[in-house]
Amino acid sequence: MLLALPIIIPLLTACVCLLLGHRARLQRALAVLGACGLLVAATTLFVRVWMDGVQILHVGGWQAPFGITLVADVLAVLMVLVTALMHLAVTVYSLANVNARRQRYGYFAFLNVMLMGICGAFLTGDLFNLYVWFEVMLIGSFVLLVLGGGRAQMEAGIKYATLSLLSSALFLAGVGVIYGITHTLSMAHLSQRLALVAETDPWLVVAASVLLLLSFGLKAAVFPLYFWLPASYHTPAPAVSAIFAGLLTKVGVYALIRVFTVVFPASDYTLNLLLIIAGLTMLFGVLGAVSQSQIRRILSFHIISQIGYMVMGLALLVSPGPATQRLGVAAAVFYIAHHIVVKTNLFLIGGTVRALTGTERLVQLGGLLNQVPWLAILFLIPALSLAGLPPLSGFWAKLAIIKAGFEAQQYTLTAVALFAGLLTLVSMLKIWNEAFWKPAPEGETASENSGRRKPPPRRLALLVAPSVALAVLTLAIGLYPQALLSVSQRAARELLNRRGYVQAVLVPPEPSEQPELGDDRS
Amino acid sequence: MNSIVFKTTTRVVTPLLLAFSLFMLLRGHNEPGGGFIGGLLAVTGFALYALAFDARQAHALLRVSPRTLTTIGLLLAVASGCLAWLAGQPYMLGLWLPVELPVELKLGTVLLFDIGVYLVVLGAALLVLLTLSEE
Repeated sequence: MLLALPIIIPLLTACVCLLLGHRARLQRALAVLGACGLLVAATTLFVRVWMDGVQILHVGGWQAPFGITLVADVLAVLMVLVTALMHLAVTVYSLANVNARRQRYGYFAFLNVMLMGICGAFLTGDLFNLYVWFEVMLIGSFVLLVLGGGRAQMEAGIKYATLSLLSSALFLAGVGVIYGITHTLSMAHLSQRLALVAETDPWLVVAASVLLLLSFGLKAAVFPLYFWLPASYHTPAPAVSAIFAGLLTKVGVYALIRVFTVVFPASDYTLNLLLIIAGLTMLFGVLGAVSQSQIRRILSFHIISQIGYMVMGLALLVSPGPATQRLGVAAAVFYIAHHIVVKTNLFLIGGTVRALTGTERLVQLGGLLNQVPWLAILFLIPALSLAGLPPLSGFWAKLAIIKAGFEAQQYTLTAVALFAGLLTLVSMLKIWNEAFWKPAPEGETASENSGRRKPPPRRLALLVAPSVALAVLTLAIGLYPQALLSVSQRAARELLNRRGYVQAVLVPPEPSEQPELGDDRS
Repeated sequence: MNSIVFKTTTRVVTPLLLAFSLFMLLRGHNEPGGGFIGGLLAVTGFALYALAFDARQAHALLRVSPRTLTTIGLLLAVASGCLAWLAGQPYMLGLWLPVELPVELKLGTVLLFDIGVYLVVLGAALLVLLTLSEE
């Protein structure tokens, strides 16, 4: 079935890459082929869902509340589609950026394993299965993080692994509590059962949801659980940190959106908690970035602050008006899609700067505007988009969030969002000034720069082509936001229409099931 | 470890463990057992051999590299799921061959999946074990 393909294709690619082992050339060709295959499958699935509505696959033929169900609604396929795009871009970039030794030790195989985990996490309709996909994703990401690495990478790997395992343990505990309360793990079934439990025992449900909030919050790097991210993301190969930066935290945000719209009944307590978290995440992330002086470190802190905007969109569910709720969730979805593209691109460009100059410390950089003017322009597009300047994609994302914030009358939070946007601009300009605008530094580093061999043109083309493609995508979203906007609005509509999700997954109910379901609703 | 008693015992016990692991693999569908447990048992057989002799000889006993074993296992598991798909059924639905065997064993995609798991567990665990003990 089409629905399982985004999981099977990366798995097959990973297997064959492992089998090919030392035949580097073949492995590279296969990795690109696999990425293209995933993109085709994701596009087809997207079109199918857009035309025919939610797609369901009962894996192994086991019906919904009992077996594992794959559910592709608009949000899930949008995420899968963006993921496939990033995967292709990063795979092409890796051809020139990840050295042969790393490739020999299974770089492409584990990249695909991670991708399988990410796609699985987006597509699953089962809470425990989501946990399993998280683990698959983590296995891939652990290997990628330490692959071919020295001391710094190992250290980052240990921090990342410890925190990830903590998050997994919390998730597992949460799933255990939820299963204990409801005796089911299918998200659609949980949606019904938890609503029932919440009528008698609201705090039990809140406690379970806070466990999941902590776990997903760790993965999404929200305040105060973000410290692992800037400590680890700048160490691996630039291609790896690009795909990490683009996708991994967003899987956490996706999980938050999924469980707090579809699974858990709305609770003011958790939503208010999310509101506070969102504000603090925006603020602390952006303030952390101000004090940094390495390109990828600055960008890492900006991931955190941008996560705050997405969480804010979700947290606006606290407002009573359904229109505002829909706007908030739609803005969050739009923000995620825009952010994945922009952030991946910024990390890729940071990697290109490093490939050209041999450093990413701002002190040692300079004069790139004269040396490579096209790179300066290429950097400016995603950087200004991240800061939210029109007519780029970030402007519409921020506009939607802020509009939703005003409509929900969350004035303080909206002010924080605007302020964080300003500071984002400041630190993007800092990179611009230091790396591109100011004259090249004198002395040792300058001579080192000029003495350094430039990458051959073919390699450079492989580094730049993905960035150009992603920059064009950013521009396209910015100039024609209506397309992505209508996709995210439809995603939000589906998410807030619980009954639709439940019916799509649980029908056709077995005759013996029907009275029980009737009881649940009454 | 250089002990003649241990070595001689290992020569007998390793084949037994491997045979038992296959037994566990095959009985796994309806009774306790299956690919995972079977794979782990097979690993203990090889681990014992690596302890009694050395890792290189255990590697020679295996003949193929653990990495290849893992990959073939993964491919088998994926293929077992895809067979149902090719037959027009939902992915991973169990299909059974209409062959009656004299023993209590049914041939089908579920068994294929279990064999895949067996190989993955065997390969992955040995990869860790042999790499660590060779160093």
